[in-house]
Amino acid sequence: MSIVSTSSAADDQLRPPVPPGSVTLRINGQEHTLRLAPWTSLLDALREYVGLTGTKKGCDHGQCGACTVLVDGKRINSCLTLAVLQEGADITTIEGLGTPEHLHPLQQAFIDHDAFQCGYCTPGQICSAQGLINEGKAHTEDEIRELMSGNICRCGAYVGILNAVKEVAEKELKMASCTCYGSHGHSSNS
Amino acid sequence: MSTDSNTKYVGKAPNRVDGPLKVTGTAKYAAEFDVPDLAYGYVVSSPVAKGRIRKIHADKVLGLPGVLHVFSHENVPGLAWFDRSYKDDVAPGGSPFRPLHDDEIKFNMQPVALVVADTFELARYAASILEVEYEVEKHETDIESKRDEGYEPGRGKTGYMPPQRREDADKGLEQSAHRIRHEYIHGAQHHNPMEMFGATVHYHPDGKLTIYDKTQGVYNCQQYITKIFGLSKDEARVVNLFMGGGFGSGLRPQYELFLSVLAALELKRSVRVTLTRQQMFSFGHRPHTLQTLELGTGPDGALLGLKHYALHETSRFEDYTENVVNWSGMLYKCPNVRLSYGISPLDVYTPLDMRAPGAATGSFALEVAMDEMAYEAGLDPLEFRRRNYAEEDQNKKAPFSSKKLREAYDEGARRFGWDKRPMAPRATREGNLLVGWGVAGGVWDASMQKAAAKATITADGRLTVASAAGENGTGTYTIMAQIAAETLGLPLEAVTVRLGDTTLPEAPLQGGSWTAASVGTAVKNTCEALGEKLLKLAQKMDDSPLKDAKPEDVEFVNGLIRLRKEPQQSVVLRDVLQVSGEREIEVDSSAMPNPVNMQKYSMHSHNVVFAEVKVDEELGTVHVTRVVNVVAAGRILNQKTARSQVLGSVVWGISMALMEETVMDHRYGRYMNHNYAEYHVPTNADVRGIEVYFVEEEDPHVNPLGVKGIGEVGLLGVAAAITNAVYHATGKRVRSLPIYLDKLL
Amino acid sequence: MNPFTLTRAASAEAAVRDFSSHDSPAYIGGGTNILDLMKENVAHPTHLIGLNKLPLNAIETTADGGLRLGATATNADTAWHPEVKQRYPLLNQAILAGASPQLRNMATNAGNLMQRTRCYYFYDTATPCNKREPGSGCAAIGGYNRIHAILGASEHCIATHPSDMCVALAALEAVVHVQGKDGARQIKFEDFHRLPDDQPERDNTLQPGELIVALELPKQGFAKHFSYLKLRDRQSYAFALVSVAVGLELEGATIKDARLALGGVAHKPWRDKKAEQLLIGQPATEATFKQVAEAVLKDAKGQGTNDFKIELARRAIVRALKQAAAGEQQASDVFTNSNP
Repeated sequence: MSIVSTSSAADDQLRPPVPPGSVTLRINGQEHTLRLAPWTSLLDALREYVGLTGTKKGCDHGQCGACTVLVDGKRINSCLTLAVLQEGADITTIEGLGTPEHLHPLQQAFIDHDAFQCGYCTPGQICSAQGLINEGKAHTEDEIRELMSGNICRCGAYVGILNAVKEVAEKELKMASCTCYGSHGHSSNS
Repeated sequence: MSTDSNTKYVGKAPNRVDGPLKVTGTAKYAAEFDVPDLAYGYVVSSPVAKGRIRKIHADKVLGLPGVLHVFSHENVPGLAWFDRSYKDDVAPGGSPFRPLHDDEIKFNMQPVALVVADTFELARYAASILEVEYEVEKHETDIESKRDEGYEPGRGKTGYMPPQRREDADKGLEQSAHRIRHEYIHGAQHHNPMEMFGATVHYHPDGKLTIYDKTQGVYNCQQYITKIFGLSKDEARVVNLFMGGGFGSGLRPQYELFLSVLAALELKRSVRVTLTRQQMFSFGHRPHTLQTLELGTGPDGALLGLKHYALHETSRFEDYTENVVNWSGMLYKCPNVRLSYGISPLDVYTPLDMRAPGAATGSFALEVAMDEMAYEAGLDPLEFRRRNYAEEDQNKKAPFSSKKLREAYDEGARRFGWDKRPMAPRATREGNLLVGWGVAGGVWDASMQKAAAKATITADGRLTVASAAGENGTGTYTIMAQIAAETLGLPLEAVTVRLGDTTLPEAPLQGGSWTAASVGTAVKNTCEALGEKLLKLAQKMDDSPLKDAKPEDVEFVNGLIRLRKEPQQSVVLRDVLQVSGEREIEVDSSAMPNPVNMQKYSMHSHNVVFAEVKVDEELGTVHVTRVVNVVAAGRILNQKTARSQVLGSVVWGISMALMEETVMDHRYGRYMNHNYAEYHVPTNADVRGIEVYFVEEEDPHVNPLGVKGIGEVGLLGVAAAITNAVYHATGKRVRSLPIYLDKLL
Repeated sequence: MNPFTLTRAASAEAAVRDFSSHDSPAYIGGGTNILDLMKENVAHPTHLIGLNKLPLNAIETTADGGLRLGATATNADTAWHPEVKQRYPLLNQAILAGASPQLRNMATNAGNLMQRTRCYYFYDTATPCNKREPGSGCAAIGGYNRIHAILGASEHCIATHPSDMCVALAALEAVVHVQGKDGARQIKFEDFHRLPDDQPERDNTLQPGELIVALELPKQGFAKHFSYLKLRDRQSYAFALVSVAVGLELEGATIKDARLALGGVAHKPWRDKKAEQLLIGQPATEATFKQVAEAVLKDAKGQGTNDFKIELARRAIVRALKQAAAGEQQASDVFTNSNP
């Protein structure tokens, strides 16, 4: 028998919390002034302080992509940035893309292709797909697969996700499907 | 029913009715409900696998402004005393783990304290500096060291079927012309749904609680909480509207529920507790399982003997069981069978049902062994299966209520092009890649549980159906809306489905592939009962053309009640309500399985999977390039959502075959890859070319809907088909999953 | 995660000054690694200096024909920069082989060099780790060490550096430009990361407070014959078990110049100059490549779970050299070498 004494922080010196300050975030075109300490991630700011829970926490460590949002049009993991570091940026969350009454084309395509089951990774998938379209780098099915691989879907809806993203990307990039989206392997039947 | 119906939905492929909520981030999951004055709890986990907590030094942490309390065994108030109060609906035999109960550490990452603070960030920090002293004791966590110590559990959980034997397996094997015997292994796996376990407990001014919890069974959680904390049902409403994936992890109440309720009651304040991804590895898992399979056939390839033994771990405090070996006695015809099963306690948390529990494990071993046996007997693996086709369930000695597995073989072989497969391994090469094809399949129970539902129609013609069933991605909202709309002849848009709330009629746990059959039948019965009420009202209308009609004489179609034989004789449903003057009509009903049919028939779903892999022989990498999964599961309620479940199952099978394993360092008794970066599940780039087909399977016996459920069956055979394809590609037989590249170097 | 104050530096000099005036400071660029480590209670800075407003994100050609990559340019912008794609396709592919699109949009070039090991034990405060807590012991030795080092490890640490980008930078002989409180200096890439020896807590040779301001690539980019081969436990979004960066200059079938670096095998990107010498002047044949692979792994040592990496690395080197010699890989907007 041995005795261990632990706290999970190596340095267990007590440090008083840093008092919150005023932070203004521009989210979906709207300014939100919040009382936040620096240690609040953008993800927690969205979910717990602004009440925008469409952005999901799936791991909190940049390992799943459920927290994907667009910052100045680029997709990022909101769990691995601090809210204070995003002052001045244009933040777009799933709530900024569309509403149940006015769906964004990607949202409609995800429904049509049944590109989700539980729906928990879905907002991140859709924001990621918008980021992929903004980047304009994916030209084949394999390229979409690779560039959508930062978003884990534990339900395994990848076939639907590919087809949904492909459908919208084709339209957005005005690419002829017959030349640009040659099928590698077999697409699934629908 | 007449053919002019616009309100026929069952069997079609409508979009998910909850799709718009899910794709817009509007669907609310447990940790997302907005309640006032919320406090946040953060769990402190044990760093040791076995021992005692000597002291928790909470003073320093409590000195931080904003920290409200540190809950631990040192200060938890007197709660229910007996084990039975902590037993949930699917608790295995034994004494359930009680969070913060005493100073004993039973498993690594056991919750030892809950720190509650005004903000999430502060609770997280305070938890990180909480000093806990432990007395460490020697632990045992390696099932490999318990090979000879497995015992047959005497106290299995609900649904556990003790392994069977028939005739003389040893004699059958002795008489065989061809024999094989091998061991098959897979490591522990964790469910890892995308949504982490979390609960938001709303503490109302009158002291009542509304508990938003991540669970596959709100009633199960309610009875757990009310028994432990001595609350009435009225004082503890449990809600789960959407679950971000379950796969079995939410069958039992997890400790975030206990901890958040405890904190809310003690602090008289609303509390949210969310586990971390790392803590998602601190409770149930699919156990590390060792299996031995022995098969023998006559010269013609007919199975003469089969022995299947499985051993896995359980905890020190509960006897977790699953049906691992039973399937081997019924998937193929074999006269001499001995199935046996053992568990062995270790210093780990109790394992927990994970998608197709037992069957995913057992069918992997059986179906790889069948492939090995086919090669030993010199037969094509599919032909070998056909020769040993089970026309009846030999375990139960009963006919199948329906079984279209042969048709599934035909369909799959044709779609896949199986007839072009060379028998010899290593026969097909593309550059650096060896190409291989494999086949495997499985069988799963078609179950039904008691379920209740409520249906309410209002004067505007809108129908609401409600049941406390859950939606964890399977499409429950959608199929219930389809059944209700079709039963009462309403447009799908006129139907609202309410689920996941203990104020609604009771439904079984969301698991076992039984929700469609159980809750679907309850919804159908309830809507039919409502239809009879509506008919009676319609008959009271002036000059009603339905005056003398009996319920069986009418049909509900296109918003009308009309005579089957004279469809032009009809009444508009909405008029019935308006004329009656009723603002709304509500009906409760329920559904039960038919005990006579259950006795008489063996009710099962089946599938067969064909897989193509490409293996880079030099580097050992395996790519699954094509999968055809054909499922015979009775009636398919929604082609779209059903297909998605099977597509997802294939992804799970790829994961099980190639990636998934929670690895424990036995020196610490601790899972080391406890995060999403190192516990690998497939990414989009890992998945291509999946085809899913359902064979038509009419089943008048299984339940009134004729459905068998498809949440589990699609997973069966996938890992084995991939393993068999790897053998066909490379000539290397891998018998332990996952097939990491180093196993092929 | 412990409390911390945060400032956002306006210049490299100001950042360095700010660093020296705090007790337990750290720089934060994209944040993708440091915030992860802080949430795991592995890193405990009490003051963060935000670098994302620094004017250090330019990518520009240098006077002598090389390319200067700003420290705060993102991995994504770097990989897809036309000059990188055209002249340094090896770097383009290595960057795109790492992490995910989201992380590459956040992570900076300097941060990529500074990222810490993915060793399970380093990340888990319940276990000993000399890198996290000097003197506590190395739990990976004798433990689960699938992702650990086979080259250059010590009895104190067998961790690996997890970067893909750095493997290409090692092969390309990049130079790291840093700013310290006593001025600027340059560090050769091979001297930047270090082996664990008896100080595994030190990943690199930076002095406290020194800030990376740029990476400079020399003119030679091996744009015609290169390969980045990455082997991992899934197709994407996973760290390398073994990766190989190769650049070749061919004259007919003869190797005129060669670069060879490995990832996932050591505490630093493992460039082997002796092996490069064995390639130069030789015919680009499988026999040559096999000989070189043997030489690279001559002193390799497995730790148990990772024993297979020795053979895997051997084969990967041969494959990557073959691919490079054949000129098979192209710069791309995605990394695709693993797709059949």
